[in-house]
Amino acid sequence: MAEIELRQVEKKFGDLHAVKPMDLTINHGEFVVLLGPSGCGKTTTLRMISGLETVTGGTIWLNGRNVTWRHPSERDIAFVFQFYALYPHLTVRQNIAFPLESQGESRETIEQRVKEVVDLLRIGHLLNLRPGSLSGGDQQRVALARALVRRPEAFLMDEPLGSLDAEFRETMRAEIKRLHIEQHATTVYVTHDQIEALAMGDRIVVMSDAVVQQIGTPAEVYHKPANLFVARFIGSPGMNLVTVQYVDGVVSMPGTNKLAVPPDWRGALDEALVGGSGEVIVGFRPEAALASEHGTLVGQVYASDMHGAYTMLHVNLNEYDIVHVRSDRLVSFPIGTPVHFDINPDMVRFFDLKTEMAITRRSASD
Amino acid sequence: MASFAETGPGSPVVESIRVDQVTPRAKTGLWARLIGAVVIAAIMLIPVAWMTMTAIKSRPDAVASPPKVFFVPSLDGFIGLFADRSQLGPAELAEYQQRTDLSLWEEQALVRGMKILGPSQFVGRLRNSLIISSASTVLAVTMGLLAAYAFSRYEIPGKGDLLFFILSTRMLPAVVVTIPIFLMYRAVGLYDTHIGMILLYTAFNLSFSVWLLKGFIDEIPKEYEEAALVDGYSRLQAFRKIVLPQAVTGIAATAVFCLIFAWNEYAFALMLTGDKARTAPPSIPSMLGVGGIEWGSIAAGSLLFLIPVVIVTFALRRYLLRGVTFGAIRQ
Repeated sequence: MAEIELRQVEKKFGDLHAVKPMDLTINHGEFVVLLGPSGCGKTTTLRMISGLETVTGGTIWLNGRNVTWRHPSERDIAFVFQFYALYPHLTVRQNIAFPLESQGESRETIEQRVKEVVDLLRIGHLLNLRPGSLSGGDQQRVALARALVRRPEAFLMDEPLGSLDAEFRETMRAEIKRLHIEQHATTVYVTHDQIEALAMGDRIVVMSDAVVQQIGTPAEVYHKPANLFVARFIGSPGMNLVTVQYVDGVVSMPGTNKLAVPPDWRGALDEALVGGSGEVIVGFRPEAALASEHGTLVGQVYASDMHGAYTMLHVNLNEYDIVHVRSDRLVSFPIGTPVHFDINPDMVRFFDLKTEMAITRRSASD
Repeated sequence: MASFAETGPGSPVVESIRVDQVTPRAKTGLWARLIGAVVIAAIMLIPVAWMTMTAIKSRPDAVASPPKVFFVPSLDGFIGLFADRSQLGPAELAEYQQRTDLSLWEEQALVRGMKILGPSQFVGRLRNSLIISSASTVLAVTMGLLAAYAFSRYEIPGKGDLLFFILSTRMLPAVVVTIPIFLMYRAVGLYDTHIGMILLYTAFNLSFSVWLLKGFIDEIPKEYEEAALVDGYSRLQAFRKIVLPQAVTGIAATAVFCLIFAWNEYAFALMLTGDKARTAPPSIPSMLGVGGIEWGSIAAGSLLFLIPVVIVTFALRRYLLRGVTFGAIRQ
């Protein structure tokens, strides 16, 4: 188990920043997810922690030891690759034993440790096969076994479930989470799948354009996104974001809709806007907006998606602004008809139009 | 008659195949190509077959006109190849015919009134060929592998130019450089030495081996080495334990090509060797002059010369196929 600390770590390729200077502390036994769209620098960050990529600035600390310029083999970190990188010319047993052989363990110890980890992952029947003949899920289990067998200080995983099909991904997600709970090993996990990040992470580091956008628990990044990027990126679909006019405790939404701002937000908005009024972006999750006959807001049904447990309505406020609203699965809303809905005032967020940052309340209780 | 489009192929199609490949036309085309391939293969093989036959014909059969297709096999050619003989005078001939302690070879020679003096030069030259071609192959592949790995994995300043330079050593025809090399070799004492020939063939094969092996190593994802690095191995250990086993295909293919080049090389060997380090290729035609044309011996020499390459190529044919199509197939 280990504590990993990044201090002003930065990676430049020529003049281009792959990762702008970032600070991050990963605590003992924590499961931290680096989340972001492709090309955001999350994998580069992971590779810098492993030593497979050099930093161009800053330092990396492992358990208080500066490992910035340590060879990857000296960091006692296990890396699980997206395409597993199982050695194709070795059997599963040899693959799992490979990291132990570098440590010069005795044959008995190696056998013992391989057996333990194989039992843990239930892959004993595969030991004499070669990776090429295994299914994706089994390859992933072998890759995990190879990482686990060393009992490393920390695990780094680079989209380990990215190349599995949907059904298997859920199974493996649960398995990795169970492993983490049992082993309680410090883990840094890279993914572009926000559902995976929310489901697995103790904390999520949201990255975009080489910059850390927000670091927080899944609930924090979901309910209290720090900026518009996080609001849009997390959730499926993302947060509804509508540019509105704020005057005197009321926002005028596109169309004729008006929404009373919850009292605890008024102070913050008065402060944030010059002269206490003006344009602001209001955000609310689809599940915060419920269609109902007596709803105070109105729009036109643009499309309606059946989701099984509920129906997701795409509601046209005017020509340009479409918001996602939930409705009961039993009520049908023909396309083009008006629909009424309400927004749960507890789940409303506000963002500055220019800086795209969230506007915060002083007495932020949630 | 109903067309194919309406009736289908008439019998169940059991393999996975496109519809256009089971039409009657496609089937006729397949047969035509097959027959064409057989005919071409036959034409290509006639000289080899002819050579093989000549090698095991007796001297009169070898020069018979019209050529004999059916004949009694004889070891004449091989004896002529491996042994120096001399014609026996009448007195000696009579004495030899009385003797009972003659070996099989001597009996054969006696049929043509000759006695065996000792092993011919060809044995030594075949040995030279073996030494020079195998040593230069090992060197070229080893050095090529290290260079190819570096070119494939590291950022090297001027990489493209260096690779082109390496390739450009292959652009001059051998004939053009033989004279300068001959002069240089004479000056430094490498003329007619094994070392000299090994160095030369190594240098010649190196460009080829670097380029071919780089292609193979490029195909090995670098994640494997990265995995080995985080698993606690050094770069060199990762190379030995992970890259090398996966590059076996490429190494084998490259080795065969290098071996074939060094084994077959004629022009340099003719110019740069005299007696000590002379290889087999230039010594086969030199048999032309010794007391009439010994077709049987020449054919026997050519046949023997062919065999090692055939064996190696056959043993590694699986890799060779990958070698010639490398880059075209992703694993």
